[in-house]
Amino acid sequence: MIAALRTPRGLITALVLLVLAVLPLLTQAFDQRYLLSIGTRIVIWSIAAVSLNMILGYGGLVSFGHAVFFGIGGYAVGILSAHGVSSGWIQWPVALIAATLWAALIGALSLRTRGLYFIMITLAFAQLVYYVGGGLEAYGADDGLNISRSRFPGLIDLRDKATFYWLCFAALCGTLWFCSRFANSRFGHVIRGAKSNDLRMTALGFPVFRYRLVAFTLSGTFGGLAGILLANEGAYISPAMMSWVKSGDLIVIVVLGGMGTLFGPLFGTIAFFVLEESLPPLLNLFAKGWGEYWQIVFGPMLILIALYARGGIDSLFGQRS
Amino acid sequence: MTTLATQPLLSTDRLVKRFGGLLATDNVSIDVVPGEIHALIGPNGAGKTTLVGQLTGNVTPDSGTIRFAGQDITRLPTHKRVHLGLARSFQITSVLREFTALENVALAVQAHVGHSFRFLADARNDESLRGPARRGLEEVGLGDRANTLAAALSHGEQRQLEIAMALAGDPSLLLLDEPMAGMGVEESQRMIGFLRALKSKRAMLLIEHDMDAVFQLADRITVLVYGRAIASGTPAEIRANKDVRQAYLGDDGMVA
Repeated sequence: MIAALRTPRGLITALVLLVLAVLPLLTQAFDQRYLLSIGTRIVIWSIAAVSLNMILGYGGLVSFGHAVFFGIGGYAVGILSAHGVSSGWIQWPVALIAATLWAALIGALSLRTRGLYFIMITLAFAQLVYYVGGGLEAYGADDGLNISRSRFPGLIDLRDKATFYWLCFAALCGTLWFCSRFANSRFGHVIRGAKSNDLRMTALGFPVFRYRLVAFTLSGTFGGLAGILLANEGAYISPAMMSWVKSGDLIVIVVLGGMGTLFGPLFGTIAFFVLEESLPPLLNLFAKGWGEYWQIVFGPMLILIALYARGGIDSLFGQRS
Repeated sequence: MTTLATQPLLSTDRLVKRFGGLLATDNVSIDVVPGEIHALIGPNGAGKTTLVGQLTGNVTPDSGTIRFAGQDITRLPTHKRVHLGLARSFQITSVLREFTALENVALAVQAHVGHSFRFLADARNDESLRGPARRGLEEVGLGDRANTLAAALSHGEQRQLEIAMALAGDPSLLLLDEPMAGMGVEESQRMIGFLRALKSKRAMLLIEHDMDAVFQLADRITVLVYGRAIASGTPAEIRANKDVRQAYLGDDGMVA
């Protein structure tokens, strides 16, 4: 543990985690409440990115519909809330089970395909849910729905921004812990082996489909967790939270941060949000009104990363041991 | 051939596979008995790979049956056949390149020690996997390359690793798809010696282009031409067979 701090990667990772752990104190000290809201979204999106990385990075399965779990988790919370069920003790388990079951269903159908077909079918399922969400007149249809934050009476009050942030941060730590165990477990080795050569893994006697299905399902569960938190963060649900653009952003984040690395998705999310927040004002400094087109700068940066830093941001911190 | 009296380990009965108008496997009935090396030879396009594919479960036959260890496996999925003791090596080297040699064999061992739905325990230092894996590497002569990435091994070493992975589950039958492909003379000779030593413990179905190797190793040879088994017998019988000479080896003399 201490030895890990001597490498640049270990040191940077520890610093990032430390800053995230005390972020509410920092934003309070510097009176930058707005930053805490960005920080909360970074932490929530990191959970989703880490969960996508389990199948995309470690498993080599390009799922182009991961934001659907934002939607499933969020809508489960939102719909229950709209019907007066505000207890998190009911909302959260229901949302997690819904996300898990949906992931199992999508996985069972989509994992029978490969490559481009897999990308298209995961996208298609996500779009299906997106349009269903947009058609739910009772829950605001395309406009979405304002909800109240989940209640855990007597335990914690999620309306307190710092408390909510720390809950999200704890969820991120839990997700990272699981991912680190998963990556080096027997199960993780099968998933990574199948990424390298799935025919070979089958010939070794592994029912690869079954292992991938479990990985996909687990990834959906953690994605659902991110959805629960996202709905609570904004106290709002809408189909936009599961649009294909968000799924694309998640893939970009994982690739940007470093596929198949533990902390890559976290670095990717931070970089993504920091650029999204800072590029527009920076561009406006040079030329008034150009801020809107910040993606003109962001796009080429992604291309450069894809061309010259194959391992993403994580690879900039030196060789992996 | 006293071994022929024993119950065959693997047998196919009038196996047929068509690809459109092409008859890739034409009523092939072959068998492998315990303790023998049965070689399958034939010119390119004779249907060897298609036949192997049906034996491993990657290709579904149109008709006919495959029996292995007393069980009909014609429709059994690949991974279940492996667990019955039917392992294979690949024609094109097919190791996990991002894993070390030891990790490759450890994964192969892992496939045979029950399910792998273990999410939390660290498998990297699991001696119940690494111990057998290390012994497997030593058996094929790769003991000192254990911690080298598979991608960094020489071609010949990768072929040896292939065999170590196939052997990890202690199979009763090995399907060797051109184990000598791309090997130098010296490497080939070492592989031949290794396979010969292995023969007492497990039966092999050997698909090989290298006629030297085939005639050195095989107890029986079956010749496949246009999907059909045109001859089957001891190496001496195959050498003497007129159809074989004409169809495959060319009339102008036999190997060795």
